[in-house]
Amino acid sequence: MKAPSFAYARPGTLAEAFDLLERHGERARILAGGQSLIPSLNMRLSSPGLLVDITGIPGLSKIEASAGGGLRIGALVTHAQIEKSPDVRKHAPLLAQAAPHIAHPAIRNRGTLGGSLALADPAAEYPACALALNATFIVLSKKGERRVKATEFFKGLFETDLKSAEILAAAEFPAVDKSAFVELARRHGDYAIVGLAAVRTGSQKRFAFLGAGATPVLAVNASKASSLEEARQALEKDLDPPADLYHSSPTKLHLAGVLLERAWNTL
Amino acid sequence: MEHAVETTLTVNGTRVSRRIAPRQHLVDFLRDELGLTGSHIGCEHGVCGACTVRVNGEIVRGCLMLAVQANGCRVDTIEGLSDSGELKALQKAFHEKNALQCGFCTPGMLMAAQDLVVQKKKCSREEIRSHISGNYCRCTGYQAIVDAIEQVLNGQS
Repeated sequence: MKAPSFAYARPGTLAEAFDLLERHGERARILAGGQSLIPSLNMRLSSPGLLVDITGIPGLSKIEASAGGGLRIGALVTHAQIEKSPDVRKHAPLLAQAAPHIAHPAIRNRGTLGGSLALADPAAEYPACALALNATFIVLSKKGERRVKATEFFKGLFETDLKSAEILAAAEFPAVDKSAFVELARRHGDYAIVGLAAVRTGSQKRFAFLGAGATPVLAVNASKASSLEEARQALEKDLDPPADLYHSSPTKLHLAGVLLERAWNTL
Repeated sequence: MEHAVETTLTVNGTRVSRRIAPRQHLVDFLRDELGLTGSHIGCEHGVCGACTVRVNGEIVRGCLMLAVQANGCRVDTIEGLSDSGELKALQKAFHEKNALQCGFCTPGMLMAAQDLVVQKKKCSREEIRSHISGNYCRCTGYQAIVDAIEQVLNGQS
């Protein structure tokens, strides 16, 4: 289908973008890669008055090593860049492991890290990765910079801590010793039935699931477990996955356990 | 509010300036305004890959990009790649291997396949399948398509 009518602006600076977002309030939507927003417009699930295309704003597409061995990735960095970046592979390999699971090459060429995080689709890969890595989000507005922990960022179904007239500018991913990303999907590139971003630093593990709730879910109890058996049992306390069209809640819980085992054995 | 936006882009090597309504997808612009109907429209929500075109050298979904977003970009379509001879080897292989039946997916399939060819690396059938995973063909069952792409990839020096 065709998108409804809307106005379009492509500001060249953050200040211009904040002005537009402030002036148009709820009627404005931020457009980055558009790989989720444009389908939702095409399907008439969304009808904003104005799209503010932020891809002309300089400084939002960098991948930089940050202090402490981690990585800071600009919001406009695409999935394809994350997939291919030697820096990501070195400092935040979890993201490079997750990227090939996102849709297909032509979509990964346009879709962005910031877009995926700000949309907060509970079945998306990056939000779960950000939670597992204990990432920090850099949020900009006219008032300046605000840093939000991933654990505080995802508030509900497609709901985040972002306020109106704020722009997610970058995310910082701390270094970890080992990571694994696994997901189950009916076909490659489809939305995951359930997926798992898993990391280990020293003996500390963190498991974050996607497709297992209204937000990405940090499996707090399973992360503390000292054996795989204990972790699998703890999942019952951590997760209450909603059924989808094809999979009941118990099926998803079972599959989450299967993924946990796969990840556990590689960490 | 919904004023047309002055947009200039280079399509198959030709500079084009038009006033474009923001809601118009790139693929609709190419088809309806420029008459380049080789890029097909299937699902219109980024699933089928029939509208695959190249923007600044990278394949994208023509239905998931607004034409106004292509301002200042270089856009290449199946017509451009076909006329320049870039697709010659793939077209020959598709013909020989019977890699199309109705042909609706073929332009998008060729664009996606050529994206692998330009990377100049040898690929397994699994990698080829993964690369064209976003392009649906409802006739061939993909076997012959993978055969054709494999022939070109592994035959090149």
